[in-house]
Amino acid sequence: MRTLLTVFRKEFLENLRDRRTLLSALLFGPLFGPLLFGFVVSRMLNQSVVETDEPLRLTMAGGEQAPGLVSYLESQGVQLRFTSFTVDAARAAVQNGTAKVVLIVPAEYPTRLLAAVPAPLFLVADSGDSETRKTADRARMVLAAYGSGIAQSRLELRGVSPLLALPVAVNDIDVATPSGRAVAILGFMTYFVLFAVLMGGLYLAIDSTAGERERGSLEALLCLPVSRSHLVGGKVLATCAYMCLSLAISLGAFVGVFRFVPLERLGMSANLGAGTAVAFFAICLPFVPLGACLMTFVASFTRSYREAQTYLTTVLLVPTLPIAFASIYSLKTKSSLMFIPSLSQHLLMTSVLKDERISAWDVLCSAGSSLTLALLLLSLTARHWRRETMLG
Amino acid sequence: MIEAESLHKRFGNVDAVVDVSFVARDGEITGVLGPNGAGKSTCLRMVYGVLSPDRGSARIDGIDVRGETSVARAHMGVLPHAAGLYNNLSARENIRYFGLLQSMQPDALEERTQLLACALGMEAFIDRRVKGFSQGQRIKVALARALVHDPGTLILDEPTNGLDVMAIRNLRSMLVELKSQGRCILFSSHVMQEVAALCDRVVIIGRGHVLADDSPETIRARCGANTLEEAFLHVLGNAEGVS
Repeated sequence: MRTLLTVFRKEFLENLRDRRTLLSALLFGPLFGPLLFGFVVSRMLNQSVVETDEPLRLTMAGGEQAPGLVSYLESQGVQLRFTSFTVDAARAAVQNGTAKVVLIVPAEYPTRLLAAVPAPLFLVADSGDSETRKTADRARMVLAAYGSGIAQSRLELRGVSPLLALPVAVNDIDVATPSGRAVAILGFMTYFVLFAVLMGGLYLAIDSTAGERERGSLEALLCLPVSRSHLVGGKVLATCAYMCLSLAISLGAFVGVFRFVPLERLGMSANLGAGTAVAFFAICLPFVPLGACLMTFVASFTRSYREAQTYLTTVLLVPTLPIAFASIYSLKTKSSLMFIPSLSQHLLMTSVLKDERISAWDVLCSAGSSLTLALLLLSLTARHWRRETMLG
Repeated sequence: MIEAESLHKRFGNVDAVVDVSFVARDGEITGVLGPNGAGKSTCLRMVYGVLSPDRGSARIDGIDVRGETSVARAHMGVLPHAAGLYNNLSARENIRYFGLLQSMQPDALEERTQLLACALGMEAFIDRRVKGFSQGQRIKVALARALVHDPGTLILDEPTNGLDVMAIRNLRSMLVELKSQGRCILFSSHVMQEVAALCDRVVIIGRGHVLADDSPETIRARCGANTLEEAFLHVLGNAEGVS
């Protein structure tokens, strides 16, 4: 026990004095996620808010042949810019960006409209550009509304109830809670939390194993009358301490950032207060020793700092895999999934965000499986440290 | 006292050490001499217990290194080939870390560190971070670290590597001082003058075998050589057909 504490204290202190690793463990790692996330989410929200508020702008050619359409569009608040584009000219204008969405009324439009056969309209837009695609969609909706208005009056003129043309009436009932909608946007946040956890211990895990070997202090250490498991234990413990710090900083930053993100303007509540942060911390806590043991285990096999760095960067990506699967297959919290570390933490955190009830059993399974795997890795690492090949 | 008895070690297809036996007594400096790759480090590593011999045994003060590794380790101080320090810790913290891992009590440790700082002439830099230390300063810290628990046996693997003349002379006088305190000192080297000047006993190892084990004078006289270097080449040549 004394050995464990001695090693822990020394590794903690040594890491604390290394400015470079400290920066990456306690600043870059934990703050990168929240800041990027806050920025991206607030940009996204601002954009969607602005889009619905902004009037629809269309470039129109041949408007003089469809005075009814023009007055309808203007009554709907559409801002029209009149030109005399042909289809080819419109295509060129959209391609080189001088116009975004062009509505063309061809010469046969008025006669066909009068004859009550489908009157053609051309909508020229670039669907590869997400912004013009949205504008084109809005234009399509306004035009459809205009068309169905005409259709209704035609039916009425012929003495037919327009309701006959509406055989079914679809009513949307959206069950998403305000916080549930936010989850769609915040879903990936959990990865940043797990990333911060791992980043917090990355350099210490390398320094206390591969670093020890590279600077030549390992053999002297192995000559001491101490148990190798205690050595490894102390190192893992120090790594855990930094990971917890990094996790706390990251969660604090998330709470801070989301104070300034206007989620409420979209009718969403992020459910991201101090209480959520504490719940997240508790959910991620069993993942800390697992990450520490995994990184220490991998780094123990490497010969140099650089080699360890290469392998551990891959380890940083490991927790993304289950989370990626979860979003592809839109997995929901299920007890059977609670045995998969990182995925279980992701699902539990998502449930907290959605304000759903979490069963104690799920939490226990998640913590239990992570801790069991951590113990297994710890004993494997200690076994490797007891081997002669550890000297390199 | 160190007793190595018929040590064997094989790495893959290579016999690194074959039947090596020697004794290093208290109050003497024993040198393990041999060309590069002769198996010196492997021998020492088996003696201080980080490698286990395939056959044979090593004892420190009568304690079997394999059987009672921890007890044996508490009896020895080791300065391995790569005696790296922790750069972000001060010299004192480096020494303290090893003292604590040797289960020393804080008071005794503090006292002992002060004593070593005095004896090794480290007062000027004992509280400075190790980063930027000269090789000479580093070897002093590493030596203090190995001696912190006051071991009766000191094992050094090529301690003079990378040291300048002044630092080597310093180290030499420190080893003589430690010997006069009655400690058993075992060190390996491939530098003749060093061994000739310092050792009471020389064990010459070539290709994993002990080729000679005696006082430097006796080895020299037996070969009819003027210097230990000539004797060394003679011994190696006899064994390996090297001229």
